[in-house]
Amino acid sequence: MSSSPSLSIGALLRRPETGSFLGLVAVFLFFTAFGGTNFASPTGAASWLNVAAQLGIVAIPIGLLMIAGELDISIGSIIPAGSMTCAIISGYYDLPIWIGVGAALALGAVIGLINGILVIRTAVPSFIVTLGTLFAVAGMTLGFSVLVTGTTSVAIKVPEAKWLLGDFIAGIYQVTIFWWIGAALFWSFVLHASPLGNWIFAMGGDKVSARNAGIPTERMTVMLFVCSGMSAAFVGLSQAILYNSAQVSAGQSYIFNSIISVVVGGVLLTGGYGSVFGIVLGTLTFAVVSQGIYFTGFDANWASLIIGVLLLGAVLMNNTFRKAALSYTPKKGTK
Amino acid sequence: MAAPILKLSNVSKSFGPIDVLHDISLEVRAGEVLCLLGDNGAGKSTLIKLMSGVYQPTAGRIEMDGKEDHFPNPRAAAEKGIATVHQFGGTFPLMSIGRSFFVGVEPTKGWGPFKVYDRKKANAIAVEAVQKLGITRITDGDRLVGGLSGGERQSLAIARAVHFGARVLILDEPTAALGVKQATHVLRIVNEAKRRGLAVIFITHQVMHAMAVGDHFAVLIRGAIASDFRKGEKTREEITDLMAGGASMANLEAEIESAFGEDDEKTPRVA
Repeated sequence: MSSSPSLSIGALLRRPETGSFLGLVAVFLFFTAFGGTNFASPTGAASWLNVAAQLGIVAIPIGLLMIAGELDISIGSIIPAGSMTCAIISGYYDLPIWIGVGAALALGAVIGLINGILVIRTAVPSFIVTLGTLFAVAGMTLGFSVLVTGTTSVAIKVPEAKWLLGDFIAGIYQVTIFWWIGAALFWSFVLHASPLGNWIFAMGGDKVSARNAGIPTERMTVMLFVCSGMSAAFVGLSQAILYNSAQVSAGQSYIFNSIISVVVGGVLLTGGYGSVFGIVLGTLTFAVVSQGIYFTGFDANWASLIIGVLLLGAVLMNNTFRKAALSYTPKKGTK
Repeated sequence: MAAPILKLSNVSKSFGPIDVLHDISLEVRAGEVLCLLGDNGAGKSTLIKLMSGVYQPTAGRIEMDGKEDHFPNPRAAAEKGIATVHQFGGTFPLMSIGRSFFVGVEPTKGWGPFKVYDRKKANAIAVEAVQKLGITRITDGDRLVGGLSGGERQSLAIARAVHFGARVLILDEPTAALGVKQATHVLRIVNEAKRRGLAVIFITHQVMHAMAVGDHFAVLIRGAIASDFRKGEKTREEITDLMAGGASMANLEAEIESAFGEDDEKTPRVA
């Protein structure tokens, strides 16, 4: 993290991730109280960490796109597309796993590239562009899968790649948790330490001014879409390897879940504000709520209610913290 | 007298059949403030966009340092030292002062792929640059730009332009949205920029503000220069009359007066 200058409570309150941190503590305490010791036990933790890891790997690049003022919902079908590509190549055709992995990542990159180019070439909002590719890719995945394999679900057995992409550590923790940690560190560096991060914030703040300041906004936009596409494909292929099979329709839930994680994590929907650490906390919060409900005596259907309330609460809280950050002056009495 | 840095000769601009600017000739020298006055819709913004590379003139020539030049895009104009500061500062409200000061030219430390944005250096330089222009209230480069007052934001944007070596500073209505005190602040900074030898083009429709800093004035009416004069050649009333399109303010007042006069019985006169 690009450290904050003073560690006073005031300075902490002005950081974009404060709201999500408080939210996480609140839901954690709530589920520990109602879910008993199981929830916080290693096995319990694994259940929400595994969910958080898969979601988190896509949520971070989605968050960066939102900070830059764009949106990508096509990930909802890039995930199953990556999954199916990997399974068809390395499962159905039995080619080496690295070809399947490479092809899935390449597919994600190409879809991201198409998204990016369409967004910068046409003035169509990225929500609409990626809504289009969401459906197009979903249709293509289904069409090709049935055409090639005659089914919508393909088995894949690649024991040699499991340790890296789809194994359980200590029997319960998915290896994707480490990929998520790695991704979080990488993106933290990009957003908070490298000059590129400054460009991303500037693009979300005011795209025209950013371009006038000499930032290659178009290239950056395309790059961010490519990254989110590849991250989604990565999640897809690691799911296929983990579960030894791929389905054509496993990923739509990621669209809203990633947006919720990002917004709960303190990213401003209109861009220009947010942090990777906040997105990580937002993802954890989401995972804790969606899994924690199973540890309580409540009907699991209530989880969505909690998530909805949480989202609204988080947005209101983040607005308050952002205002505090804006009105901050080092000395009193100045207006 | 030194040669003008930027000179426009008989420049016109039309969008299709609509003539927006007609036969504009202007020049601005180092250490001089040229005030562009004009009512809304007079073509001020179009003129700025011609000078900052957003639009290309339909006819006429633009010279820089005595040589014909043209700015195909804002970047090209900026590289030649023409900086434009817009009404709201063109800054990023949710970025820190240091970060927004260095957008696009971030100072880094470290090596290779691990080049890291140098927050301390950026903050120190940004704060120093703003303070040198006389805004001493900005001391912390981590503050968000959105937390600054309108005047401070303008000053930050001007400081940025000065720091990165602008030679021509175009200020688009910098005082329009500001209170009296804040406007005074910005005017002082305009003077400071002028003292440092920048050529300043100051766009406004507030005659008072123009007269406070201007050396040279041009009044724009319906896309043409209606009057071009130097400091002290015209009074405030004359300039206001010019801007109102020739119809003198006195006439206007008389008109309002008579309108009131007609229903004198119903409306009590405001003394």
